[in-house]
Formats: sequence, C-alpha cells, structure tokens
Amino acid sequence: MSEPVISVRGLGKKYKLGATLSPNTLRDHIAQSAKSLFSQIYGNRQGNSPLPNDARHSTLVTSASRREFWALRDVSFDVQQGEVMGIIGRNGAGKTTLLKILSQITEPTEGEVRIRGRVASLLEVGTGFHAELSGRENIFMNGAILGMTRMEIKRKFDEIVEFAGVDRFIDTPVKRYSSGMKVRLAFAVAAHLEPDILLVDEVLAVGDAVFQKKCLGKMGDVTKEGRTVLFVSHNMSAVQQLCSTGLLIEEGAIAYLGATEKCIDRYLKSASNRQESIVSHAATNDLAVKLHNVTVNGSTNDRQNLPIGCKQLDIIISGSIDRPMPLLLEARIYDLREQCLAFFTPRRVREHFEVLPEGRFCLTESIGLPHLNQGEYILSLYISEYRNQGKSPIRLDKALHLEAEGTPTVTGWVFRQARGNGWMLLPEAEPSSDRDSPTLSATDDRSNNAPREESSTVED
Amino acid sequence: MNKRPHEVSTATHLPAERVIRPKTGLVPINFGELWHYRELFAFLAWRDILIRYKQTAIGVLWAVIRPFLTMVVFTVIFGKAAKFPSNGVPYAVMTFAAILPWQFFANALTQGSNSLVASAGMISKIYFPRLIIPSSTVLSGIVDFAISFLLLLGLMFWYQVEFRLHLLLLPLFFIVGFCAALGVSLWLGAMNVKYRDVRHAVPFITRLGLYVSPVGFMSSIVPEKWRLLYCMNPMVGVIDGFRWAILGPKFEPYWPGFWASVVVTAVILVSGAYYFRSTERTFADLI
Repeated sequence: MSEPVISVRGLGKKYKLGATLSPNTLRDHIAQSAKSLFSQIYGNRQGNSPLPNDARHSTLVTSASRREFWALRDVSFDVQQGEVMGIIGRNGAGKTTLLKILSQITEPTEGEVRIRGRVASLLEVGTGFHAELSGRENIFMNGAILGMTRMEIKRKFDEIVEFAGVDRFIDTPVKRYSSGMKVRLAFAVAAHLEPDILLVDEVLAVGDAVFQKKCLGKMGDVTKEGRTVLFVSHNMSAVQQLCSTGLLIEEGAIAYLGATEKCIDRYLKSASNRQESIVSHAATNDLAVKLHNVTVNGSTNDRQNLPIGCKQLDIIISGSIDRPMPLLLEARIYDLREQCLAFFTPRRVREHFEVLPEGRFCLTESIGLPHLNQGEYILSLYISEYRNQGKSPIRLDKALHLEAEGTPTVTGWVFRQARGNGWMLLPEAEPSSDRDSPTLSATDDRSNNAPREESSTVED
Repeated sequence: MNKRPHEVSTATHLPAERVIRPKTGLVPINFGELWHYRELFAFLAWRDILIRYKQTAIGVLWAVIRPFLTMVVFTVIFGKAAKFPSNGVPYAVMTFAAILPWQFFANALTQGSNSLVASAGMISKIYFPRLIIPSSTVLSGIVDFAISFLLLLGLMFWYQVEFRLHLLLLPLFFIVGFCAALGVSLWLGAMNVKYRDVRHAVPFITRLGLYVSPVGFMSSIVPEKWRLLYCMNPMVGVIDGFRWAILGPKFEPYWPGFWASVVVTAVILVSGAYYFRSTERTFADLI
C-alpha cells in the first residue's frame, strides 16, 4: 500500500489582515468603502492611507500586501498509512491552519489535499459541550459532533465514563462539574474515536499531571493500532515519544520533514536563535510592580554561555513599586524539552524578608549551580510576594537560555546531556555516618540557598 | 468527491478519496453528505429542545403562555375594540389559528438567525455540513408548535368549532411555513456571521411582521388591488392556509395570492441555501 493516505500539494491559505479593519457591521463596511474611495481620490496627494495613525507605520508597503497574510504557502507533503507525524513550529507558524484545512473547517486559498479514509479532528477538547446538559447527554452530543454514530457511542459508553472517572456525576449538568472533570470527560469521548486518520491539535496540555499521562498513554495506544495521526504540539517530549516523523513549519512553509529527533533539534535551534534582553520576557500580573532591568552574571542578554566551572548565577533585578511589598526572587531551570529540572525558592529556606519600600528597588540573588552537564538549559524567573503563595506579580517565563559548556573530567571526557547522561554530574560524597537520613547532595555546599534534592525527579 | 464511509474502514479496504481544494462559483448542496450527518442533525435538534426550557421555573408552559396571551390581546383589541370582521367565527380561534404559524416563524427566525454565531465554537473547531445548524434549530421549534397546537384544539373544543377534514391539509401549509422560516433563517444566519447588524434587525422584523402579517385580522380586509402584492409576504399564504384548514370554507384563501406566497417561499429557500453554501467557506475565518 504505497499510495499515501494524505497527499498535500501546493497548499496555501491567505488571510486578510487586521481584525480591527475588517468591516464587521454594515455601517463599518459603508464607512470603510467611503474612506477608501476618499483616499483613492485624495490619498496620493496627501500620502495618506485609510489606516488609523498607529497602523500607518507598518512596514508593509503596497495596500494589497498590507491587507494580506499567507498563513500557509506552497506546502506539499505526503503521509503514509499508519504514519504518526508530529507537526511542530512556533506560535503562528501555521500548524493549526494546516490542521483546519485538512479537517475541512476552513478552505484553502490554493492547492489541494487528497485524503483517503475517515478523518476525525480534535482541535479542541469538548467541542459542543453544553453546560446545561448532563454528562451522559454531553457524551452523546460530543460523540456525534466528532463523527461517531449513536450505536458506536452506546457501545463505548461505559468505557468512556470509566476513563473519565465521572460515573457518580454522569447525570449531573456539566456546569456543576469542576473544570478538571469537564476536560476529562471531553477527552474520554475523543479518546474513543476510531477514525482512520486522526488530526490532533495541542489537546494534551490539559488536566493534571496524572490525567496527562493517561492521555499520552491512550495516544500511544492509538498510534500502535496502525492509525494515521497528525499531532500538533509544543510538548517536545510528547512528540518525541509518539511520532515517527516530524514536520517543522516556519512562517507558513515547511522547514523540515523527516525523522522526529532531527526535526525537534532543528526547531529548538531555530527557536532559540534570536537574541533579546532578559527583561523583554517579563509578563506583569500586578501593575504596582515595574521592571527596569535584569542582569544575570553581568549580562542582560537572554542567551548566554555558562563557562566551564561556573558555579552560580548572580541575578540583579531593578525596578520600581507603587506600594511597599515583600518581594523575593524565585527561579526554575528547565531542559529544552521543557521539563523542569530544578526550583529555587528562598522563601522555603529563609525565615524573613524585608518589605521593600515604595519606589525603586533592587533585588539581588545568587543561585548556586550543580555541575551542569554540557547542554542547553532554560531559566525562568519569578518575582514573588513573600507569604503570598503562588502569586508572582512579574513572571519572566523562559527568559534566559543558558548553554553550559560542561565540566571535563580528569580524563578529558565531557558529559553531555544530549547523550543521555542526564543534566548534572553528581559529586562523590563522604560515606554518611547517620544511616537514617542519607543525603546525596547534588550541589556544592558553598551557597546557602542552592537548590537541593527537592526537584531532582527527571523522567526521561 | 466528499463521500464518506459509513463505518470504520479496515486496513484492507481504503475508502473513496476526498479532495479538498478551493471552491469557486456556486456551490451545490451535497445531499449525500447531509444524509451522512443525519444523526448529528437529530442530536442538535434534540439538544436545542432539551436546553430550551432548562433552568426556567415554569418550563414548557412558556410555549403555551406566549401564544395564549397574544391571542387574548388581539381578541380584545382587534375583535372587541376595533371590531374587525371574523366571518362569524369566534375571534379568539380566528386569531389563534394565525398565531400558531406566526409564532413558529418568529421563533425560528430569532433562533435560526443566531444559531451559527451561537455555535461559533463548533464551527471553528470541527467539520460538518454547516447547513445542519440553522435547519436543526428551526426544526426544534416544532415542539413548541405542537404544544400550542394542543392549545388550539382545546380552544376549538371550548368554542365548539366544527372539526373538519380540511384539518388534514394543515401539515402541507405547515411545510410551506417551515420552508419560509428556514429560508429566511439561512439568509439571516449566514449574514449574521459577517454582519452582526442582523442581531438588531431580527427583533424588529419579528415585531413589525406580527402587524404586517394577517395575524390579528383577516387578510381579506386588505383592498383587492393590493392583495397580490400583500401575498409577497410568504407568511400571508401560510396563515390563510392555516385559517382555511382550521375554520373551513368561509376562509378559503385567495388562491393566486397563496401561490404567490409559495413561489416567494421557494425563491427565498433556494436562494438562501445557495447564499449559505457560498458564504459558509468563510464562516470559520470570520466567526
């Protein structure tokens, strides 16, 4: 069976740009037409466009290209029966648009797609759920929307309920469900679809960790049954686990198609190539706090090399606050597959933090590092309020990309994270005299607030 | 093209190929596909019926109270105060025979024109023939209609109106009314996706239509020379038909006008379906 089940040829999708410009009411439409007529008559002389002032300094030149945006252009590929293809790329690269075209939700502007087999698309968990309907009614409703027949749903009903773990509430309106229950129920329905071709868009990013694991397991089963799956995700470890091939989309075009591993590497490289300042990653949740500058080891760049023997990160954060606050700095270190490796939380270690007075402030903190193996790491910083659990007025998610050069051993051997050696080199320790509490510290003892064993559960 | 297998296919037998490419020009209605999705159609109609009166104190009584009070008001104002003619039939029954199809039409219009926007989540996340949404919404109005119809039978019994064989023709007139409601809903529903003006226009249309259509009075009080033009309103034919079927020969419709209403209905329905089909390709992008 060499003929592909999906064949895409020269696919393109064009969107008209500028939601605020598109006429949503007849009045706008009329006003817009009048304006463009006006600018056609007088526009050349004045050099004006019908755009509002803030949109005028757009870099796009001609009026045609100003209003158009190719979400996908000239995309061609084949998918064979039983292939599990991971589709990756940055936000806005065109992944979802591709899935929407394949599932016939939106029409391509050019090109064509040939599909052989029953297609089910899962672009969202719980499409068509109605809050007023009971769990039972919603299972039937949602199943029908996803393309199951009534008989099929009836047959799998018990299985679905069991998978979701909501049997006690099956006749309760879904609006009384917790959000977790809702998601579980919705995914359970979707997981029992039996299409030839399944299109999945980033739906595993829901629910708690246990349920996510269950979903991943289910997805794994689906792929083993010989179904063809296209799987869009930002979760690189899931893509790696599930997919046999990878498709990297960049700015609406295919940047790479081939082995999953290579595809992911390519994506991670391209994703981290731009250099900005660390402070530009700040997301503010509390307007009372403003950030001015962030430096790590004396540099404001969001890509840095960790030189050999670097044992700590010196972080200086300056900003201003509108009211006195007990601010402190917390941090997390991730690997490139976005698994958290370590957590730095001085609030657990220290008893007291001084309340910073109104006005300018400067937070300094030094994080002790273990012997990081050669590889790439990502640092997230959180400026939190002491005793205000879980509240971070400012988050700098994935703000700093660190490339560790690795510590050569005596024999000159450098451990690499990428070779499966894990992310840190453990030091030798003295045999412990107290056998009840064996401590295997991964860190040097020179810093008081180094991250300890707290976070060293890495699954890989 | 566009054929889908009815059951899960096995690996040994690959089903027919489906081609997705930009459509141009008039898009025909794919009846085969609609048939394939009949279960979803039924489910959506069933859902609309289920949720219509959820979390209301008097629930389905609303389907009785609204037409009943409208009937009372019209009987008092047009029958008692204005003393409009009623061919010797109790004014209440005469009015109610018209309120029945009108209420169905107005409800269908209100809900049908909003149905696509209300299902925005589904439209932007999943594929199915979009025609299903407004049609299932219009169809779900049949439940309200049936309940009001029972009320009509009660009224006929109360006023001792003779039950005639003409009553058997009622479904035919209902079908015309259904087609009119569906046609207008297709137009307004599809327009509503792009132009939210429709939301403001619909309450206005239904309120004005109540007085423009012969609901509170007989269509025969319209001067003869305007009659045919008057019947361009498709509901005129439907209401005349209902009165005839319920109240007998005294209410025999002005047939040229009736057929004019039927033709207008057909034009609205067919053009609505094609307008809908040709705009539905942009629904997911615009909604």
